Amino acid sequence: MMQQMRACHASAPLRSAAVVILCVGLLLGRTATLTYSQEVLKSLSLDKVESGIYVHAGEIALMSAANEGAIANLGLIIGDKGVAVIDTGGSVREGRRLLQAIRQVTNRPVLYVINTHGHPDHVFGNAAFLLPAVFVGNRNLPRDMMERGPYYLNSFRPAMGTLLDEVKIVPPNVTVDSQLQLDLGHRLLTLRAWRVSHSDSDLTVFDERTGILFAGDLVFLRHIPVLDGSIRGWLTTIDELAKIPAKSVVPGHGPPFAPWPAALDPERNYLERLQSDCRDLIKRGVPIAAASRLAAASEKSHWELFGEYNTRNATAAFSELEWE
Amino acid sequence: MTRHVGKESRIRLMIAMCARAATVAAFAVTMSSIAASSLAAEANDSWREIANDAFNGRPLADGSPLITLEMPERAEDAAIVPVTMRTNLPPGDTRTLRSLTLVIDENPSPVAATFNVGPGVTMISTRVRVNSYTKVHLVAELSDDKLYVVDTYVKASGGCSAPMANNAEEAATKLGQIRFRQFAKTTAAPASVPREAQIMIRHPNNSGLQRDQVSLLYIPLYIVRQLRLWQGDQLILEMDGGISISENPNIRFSYLPNGASTFRAEAVDTEGHVFRGEWPVEPTM
Repeated sequence: MMQQMRACHASAPLRSAAVVILCVGLLLGRTATLTYSQEVLKSLSLDKVESGIYVHAGEIALMSAANEGAIANLGLIIGDKGVAVIDTGGSVREGRRLLQAIRQVTNRPVLYVINTHGHPDHVFGNAAFLLPAVFVGNRNLPRDMMERGPYYLNSFRPAMGTLLDEVKIVPPNVTVDSQLQLDLGHRLLTLRAWRVSHSDSDLTVFDERTGILFAGDLVFLRHIPVLDGSIRGWLTTIDELAKIPAKSVVPGHGPPFAPWPAALDPERNYLERLQSDCRDLIKRGVPIAAASRLAAASEKSHWELFGEYNTRNATAAFSELEWE
Repeated sequence: MTRHVGKESRIRLMIAMCARAATVAAFAVTMSSIAASSLAAEANDSWREIANDAFNGRPLADGSPLITLEMPERAEDAAIVPVTMRTNLPPGDTRTLRSLTLVIDENPSPVAATFNVGPGVTMISTRVRVNSYTKVHLVAELSDDKLYVVDTYVKASGGCSAPMANNAEEAATKLGQIRFRQFAKTTAAPASVPREAQIMIRHPNNSGLQRDQVSLLYIPLYIVRQLRLWQGDQLILEMDGGISISENPNIRFSYLPNGASTFRAEAVDTEGHVFRGEWPVEPTM
C-alpha cells in the first residue's frame, strides 16, 4: 500500500494514470480498452488564493453521482516540506481528482489530510490519500465518523450509486482537543477545534503566513447554512471566529475565498433570524411540524438550496431552543 | 411485552439489514425502476411479519377515517421527524381510544412506541428517527376490542443529520430533566373541550446500534423504556418506548381536564433510573 501511494506521489503522469487504471480495473473486474480511456481522471479545477494556497470551489448543489459529490470547497496549503490537504470531497473519485490537481502544482508529499468535520462531502474522499499522510481532525471526529459513517454510506447510496463502493471511513489518527500547530516547512498552520456549532466536530485551519482562514462549514456563503450541531453554539462560535485576525476566509461552501470578517454577516443574519423565529414560535405554543415551515421563511431570497435545508434547520433549532 | 417485541425486532433487523444490503448491491446493476418495485415488495413483506409479531396475529381493520397519521413526506431531519396521531370518532360514536402503536417498518426496531391512554386523549404528537425510505403504520385499539390500522410513507432525506444523538456530553450532564407545559386554549371553550399539554425528558435514547470507536463494541441500548403521566390519580398517558423515539423524548397530547390540581410524571430508563416530576394544573385561560 505504501509503495503504491509512493508511486502516486512520484507523479509521473503516465505512471499515476496507470495506477488509477489498474485500481479501476481491479475494482470493476473489467479490462476493455474503452473503459481505460473513460477512466482517465480530469483534475479538479483549483483557484490560487495566495502563494502556496489553492482552493477547489465546490458546486452549490446536493451530492449526486453527476457531480461526484464535489460540492464542498477543498483546499491545499504548500510548505517547504510538504502539503496539507483540507477536506477531501464527497467521493474517492473526487479525492483522486484533487490529488491529481495537487500534482500539477507541486510534487511535494502530502503530509497531512485535515478534515474540517465529519460530513460526507468533506470526508468521503479520504481513501484517495491514505498512508503515509497523517489524518487530522477534531477530537470528536473519530466518534462522529464511526457512529455516522455507516448511516451516511447507506443514506447517500440512492444519490451517489456505485461511486460509494470505494469510500472508506478513514478517521483521524491525530486529533485536536483545542489547538494544534502543524509545520509544513516555514509554514505554520494553527488548527482550532470548536464547540458544537455547525456540527460536533468543527475545526478551522489558519495559515499564519498569509492570514488565510479555512473555516470549513463554520462559514457558508450563497449555500444556506446547514445546522447539524447547535444553533446557540454556532452563534457563539461566530463571535469568536470574528476575532481571528484573518485576511480572507475559505468558506466550506460558496466562493473559493471571501473578505474577512464580513463573510460572517449573511450567515449570522440567517442564524439569528432562525433563532428568534423559533423562540417566538415556541413561546406561542406552535407545534414543531408547523413551526419548522415558518421559521426563517423571510430569509428565503438570500440563499441557494433554501428549500432543501431550511425546514431541517428549523427542526433542529426548535428542538434545541425549546429546552431554554 | 414491549421489551420482548424489541428484542425480536432487533434480530429481525439484522436479517432485514442483510436483505437491504443485498438490495443495495442489486441497485448497482439493476434499472432503478425494477429496484424500486422490488423494494416496494420487500416493504409489504416486512409489515406483514411485524404486524403478525407485534399484534399476535389479531386482525387489523382499515382505520380510515377513524384514525389519522400525520408525518412529513420527506424526513427533513432524520433524527427528529414529527409525527401526529389522532382519532376522529364521529359524534355519537361511544367508542373510546385505548392505545396507539406506531410502527416504522424499515427501522432497526420497527415498533417505535405504544401509547396507552386515559379518557379524553384523542391526539398524540411525538418525534421519531427514520433510518430509510419507509412505510409507517399506526395501529389503534378502540374500546370495541378491535384494532384499526392506517399508514403513510416517509422518504428519509439523504442528508447530514444522522438519526442519533449529536451532543453526547451535554446530554449526559442534563440526563433526566423533565419539562411539562400546558398550552392555553386558543378560544374560550367549555371544560368538555380537550386541552393540550406537552411532556419532554432529557435523555440520549441511544439506539444500541452505534459502535464505540475505541472498543468497537456496540454502545448499549439506553432509552426511556416507559413514561407515565397522571392527572390527579388518573393515568392519562403511558408510553412504552423503543429506540426509534428521538433523543429527548417529547410528547404533546390532548386530554380532558378532570378537575385535579396536579399532574405527575414518572419515567424509567433501561438502566433502571427513575425520573419524576409534579406540576400544578394551570387554570383554563
